[in-house]
Amino acid sequence: MGRTLAEKVWEKHVVRRAEGEPDVLYIDLHLIHEVTSPQAFDGLRLSGRTVRRPDLTIATEDHNVPTVLGPIADLVSRTQVETLRKNTAEFGIRLHPMGDAGQGVVHIIGPQFGLTQPGMTVVCGDSHTSTHGAFGALAFGIGTSEVEHVLATQTLPAYRPKTMAIEVAGQLPVGVTAKDLILAIIAQIGTGGGQGYIVEYRGEAVRKLSMEGRMTVCNMSIEAGARAGMIAPDETTFEYLRGRPHAPTGTAWDEAVEYWKSLRTDDDAEFDKVVHIDASTLTPFVTWGTNPGQGVPIGSAVPSPEDFADPVQRSAAERALEYMGLAAGTPLRDVEVDTVFVGSCTNGRIEDLRAAADILRGRTVVTRTLIVPGSMQVKKAAEEEGLHEVFKAAGAEWREAGCSMCLGMNPDTLKPGERSASTSNRNFEGRQGKGGRTHLVSPQVAAATAVTGRLTAPADL
Amino acid sequence: MDAFTTHTGRAVPLRRSNVDTDQIIPAVWLKQVSRTGFENGLFSAWREDPAFVLNDPVYEGASILVSGPDFGTGSSREHAVWALQQYGFRVVISARFGDIFRNNSTKMGLLPVVLPADVVERVQAAVEADPAAEVTVDLVERQVRLGDLVAEFEIDDYTRWRLMEGLDDIGLTLRHADDIAEYENGRQRWLPTTV
Ligand code: SF4
Repeated sequence: MGRTLAEKVWEKHVVRRAEGEPDVLYIDLHLIHEVTSPQAFDGLRLSGRTVRRPDLTIATEDHNVPTVLGPIADLVSRTQVETLRKNTAEFGIRLHPMGDAGQGVVHIIGPQFGLTQPGMTVVCGDSHTSTHGAFGALAFGIGTSEVEHVLATQTLPAYRPKTMAIEVAGQLPVGVTAKDLILAIIAQIGTGGGQGYIVEYRGEAVRKLSMEGRMTVCNMSIEAGARAGMIAPDETTFEYLRGRPHAPTGTAWDEAVEYWKSLRTDDDAEFDKVVHIDASTLTPFVTWGTNPGQGVPIGSAVPSPEDFADPVQRSAAERALEYMGLAAGTPLRDVEVDTVFVGSCTNGRIEDLRAAADILRGRTVVTRTLIVPGSMQVKKAAEEEGLHEVFKAAGAEWREAGCSMCLGMNPDTLKPGERSASTSNRNFEGRQGKGGRTHLVSPQVAAATAVTGRLTAPADL
Repeated sequence: MDAFTTHTGRAVPLRRSNVDTDQIIPAVWLKQVSRTGFENGLFSAWREDPAFVLNDPVYEGASILVSGPDFGTGSSREHAVWALQQYGFRVVISARFGDIFRNNSTKMGLLPVVLPADVVERVQAAVEADPAAEVTVDLVERQVRLGDLVAEFEIDDYTRWRLMEGLDDIGLTLRHADDIAEYENGRQRWLPTTV
């Protein structure tokens, strides 16, 4: 019987397999940031171990960094960033610190450098590592103990998850984006729907997505509970990689491409589970609750807890409405926001900024609007295209690269009771600051919302 | 890591689903560079509500957390596990766990026990009725016992063995350093390095 893409990549990386034990998997690329690594480096020192492959490891500063120029004011944040600098210097790991041209959100810089390639295993102490699966890599988030494990051994013991196919038939209608697609998928299968699975996104609508769009989709696999999300590499992938600093060149490129072309699920392979979704019926999506599965088309109303038959979902909805300060039956288009955030590893790439700029060009924002490039390189590219002028002219704030308002760890936060339309990936209670209320949206919806102050689709303008 | 064989203690019912790691330990707590001191961050936003179950004195000193489904979803922060342990929990029972959280727990010796939703509900109801009731979580027998309730749970043999022995994963893997070196020799030549 044939094998799935996930199985092929997994098998290629088994260092050791023994009955009754997890496989020991080799890790091709280990990404590091300041939050989940300090205790791992400490552990290494305590046990007198070292980093096995600093040359397969790369670090950046992203979660804590302020997105306005200047030093980190918060002392504790600063210590964490300084600790990363000390650790990477001590163990000989390449670091892109604040202000460096290569700095950015960890999941944006890997692909940008061409370090993320098809068929690789990629890990990071960060759940959105699933982003890199857009290249047909097997990429997943790990905890700090596992970070230490990978540093020390360049491997991880792991059981192979089951495989799930998400077959996306048809084409996305005009104005409907990768973000809407993944929000719709999560709403359909639920936040636990992917638990225990590596998901492969397939079908016409997926093939038509750009690499940026594919990264947006794979990024949020974890929000459906999946261990990883993958998309088989194709010409779009190769074109994106060609010429990037760490992509192979010359005959190595040809060899690599030949191998990469074999990285697709065989026709006779079987998935443990198959989910179908019809792209052509989708519209812009927005979340109303406090988990990413609580999302609906923007044209609908806030649901009522009574709409949910399952008692667990019903009580979750009740709690969510209370936290979000929303009444059942309110049309989502009537929901007013104070803040709009465009950025994060979900939607902080150049294509996302272009999409937001297209809507803001010649218009004015009525809310506080933060536009935060995912990396310094994205920032540079955007400025070369003049996008920053568009944002500034519209009254939005154009910031330095970082995680920013995706999570309340740096100065960009919501105040209690404030409401945002955000292109990030989590609408958990307090995620963007204590008491903050988050509606997850695409960059297009975010920009349109900034113009009206209410949740708005671009077509409404 | 401390070995885990069997644990008996009182339990606290957490009647919420999708308890994501941002709730278990909010992001502001992640700025520490040490591994200690996270107990005060545990559920810190929810604990501000006097009615939150952990604020109920009858559950003080409980060491088993019994939660609704999808516990530990979201971010990979191992700080969630440290916070639970440092607060005094040895076991979390739920119908379903986030994958990364479950991995992190077993690395640190916090036992995640999966029981069917209706059994979790029975345990919650029992400790609500009698907060002093003692619950035994027996990893050797793979059982949760409470009064006349005996519920079997599944855990793979390898993880169970590692937890019972309190073994360090890295040490176990380094026993196979030769296999790793051999694998490295066979890697495709075009694979990137970060240098
Ligand atoms: S942008 Fe958000 S989700 Fe992505 S790495 Fe940063 S904090 Fe995590």
